[in-house]
Amino acid sequence: MQPIITISGLSKTYASGLAALKDVNLEIRRGEIFALLGPNGAGKSTLINIVCGIVTPSTGTITVDGHDITNDYRAARSLIGLVPQELTTDAFEKVFNTVSFSRGLFGLGKNPAHIERVLKDLSLWEKRDSRIMQLSGGMKRRVLIAKALSHEPKILFLDEPTAGVDVELRQDMWRMVRRLRDSGVTVILTTHYIEEAEEMADRVGVIRKGELVLVEEKAELMRKLGKKQLTLHLPEPLAAIPEDLADHHLELAKNGSELIYTYDTRGGRTGITGLLTDLAAAGIRFQDIDTSQSSLEEIFVDLVRDAA
Amino acid sequence: MNLPAIQAIYKFEMNRFWRTALQSIVAPVVSTSLYFVVFGAAIGKQSQMIDGVPYGAFIVPGLMMLSLLTQSIANASFGIYFPRFSGTIYELLSAPVSPFDIVLGYVGAAATKSILIALIILGTAAFLVPLRIDHPIAMLLFLILTAVTFSLFGFVIGLWADGFEKLQLVPLLIVTPLTFLGGSFYSIDVLPTFWWVVSHANPVVYLISAFRWAFFSKGDVGVAISMGMAALFLALCLGAVTWMFKTGYRLKS
Repeated sequence: MQPIITISGLSKTYASGLAALKDVNLEIRRGEIFALLGPNGAGKSTLINIVCGIVTPSTGTITVDGHDITNDYRAARSLIGLVPQELTTDAFEKVFNTVSFSRGLFGLGKNPAHIERVLKDLSLWEKRDSRIMQLSGGMKRRVLIAKALSHEPKILFLDEPTAGVDVELRQDMWRMVRRLRDSGVTVILTTHYIEEAEEMADRVGVIRKGELVLVEEKAELMRKLGKKQLTLHLPEPLAAIPEDLADHHLELAKNGSELIYTYDTRGGRTGITGLLTDLAAAGIRFQDIDTSQSSLEEIFVDLVRDAA
Repeated sequence: MNLPAIQAIYKFEMNRFWRTALQSIVAPVVSTSLYFVVFGAAIGKQSQMIDGVPYGAFIVPGLMMLSLLTQSIANASFGIYFPRFSGTIYELLSAPVSPFDIVLGYVGAAATKSILIALIILGTAAFLVPLRIDHPIAMLLFLILTAVTFSLFGFVIGLWADGFEKLQLVPLLIVTPLTFLGGSFYSIDVLPTFWWVVSHANPVVYLISAFRWAFFSKGDVGVAISMGMAALFLALCLGAVTWMFKTGYRLKS
């Protein structure tokens, strides 16, 4: 299937000389949730802003559903809804009016039924006649999402959508994003919250210092780069790890009552059999055993550290 | 052309106008009425007729033009500056609208507002002084041309300004003095020769002169020359706006 967004050779150098993006190539698949991860200043927002027409690229081309964002910008932009990172709203406008305004800006006629549906989906219907300045931060965030959905976009960009919102609203948003994906909308989100990507994304891109260092299926990424830990619960605490076990790079935890063995899932051999044999030879018994997999956050931290 | 977008911008701007009706309408009407009281009644009573027109009536086109210019600039400059200041400009930049659509929406609304205010001033004046309009169609056309031109100028200022102070700088320090010195309250023919010549470098002289001609069939400068100057200024403002959008000046990084 043809990708819905194709980014080729994209670079952006600001007038200050800052190279925000360096030769970025990326394809976004139709109907997926793509999470763009990266530390502050990595270039995530610049990338989104270029696709949406807010920032001018230095070099490279971008097509949205086959429409070039420069030469055929009307067709390209009409497919996109953008929820910006900052809570930028018209403070004096009423909720219903500002969402209707956004629909008009995208060239669509009035459709109060659609606006009502969007506001109800986002629990904003009761606030439709409130001025935006009277709303809480979380509600303002919902208004921004409602504005982005007012013109029924095929692609939704969420730039740090849950920054500064409470847990309840965050989970509401996750549910909404899944509903959108189920209805065929492609969602691209940037986030600092790794659990957000882990929870929602189909694929993950990691950007660092303007370079896209990795694009991978989330599950594949976790399988390939994830590390597992084997924890052995000991009936008798150990004061130190015997020298015979030094090759296994074990760690002692909980005052010597746990032995932790970290292994790489990418390797064909995990080394567990050898470890268990050596433990038996050393006379160390264990009463329980469990394993845990590293989270996407740990993988992300590793990736960024490796690239540094 | 994205007609729903133009309508949306226009309606949004007009809503702001009605929301702040006290500031938008009442304030200019009160201040203009004060001009009538001070210049028309207090000074005008002792003044001669000017070109056969009572002084109170003579200053009406100038006062209308004074409001038209300042309001056009203020409305258009604030209209585009505020989204830049608040950050909501992202929505305009990411929408499927051309620069032409944006300008049409903002300038159209700003021009509408200033024309409304000018007509309210005209209505107020009609209660206070004996008025006649010899060329009503020409008066309306010139009103629209000037409102559009100076709204465009205001739009340029709104794009150029990087703070509220700069937003006020050009209207306060350039446009208002030029309007006061442009024959709002007198005929430049009464000036000494040197200042008469200097006055011809003031573009506002041509606007007020043509506007006054529409009322009383008399102006300081020929109507054709005035129209030519207004058209030239319109072309300059259009050129500036086009360049700003083309280069993304103060809009895109």
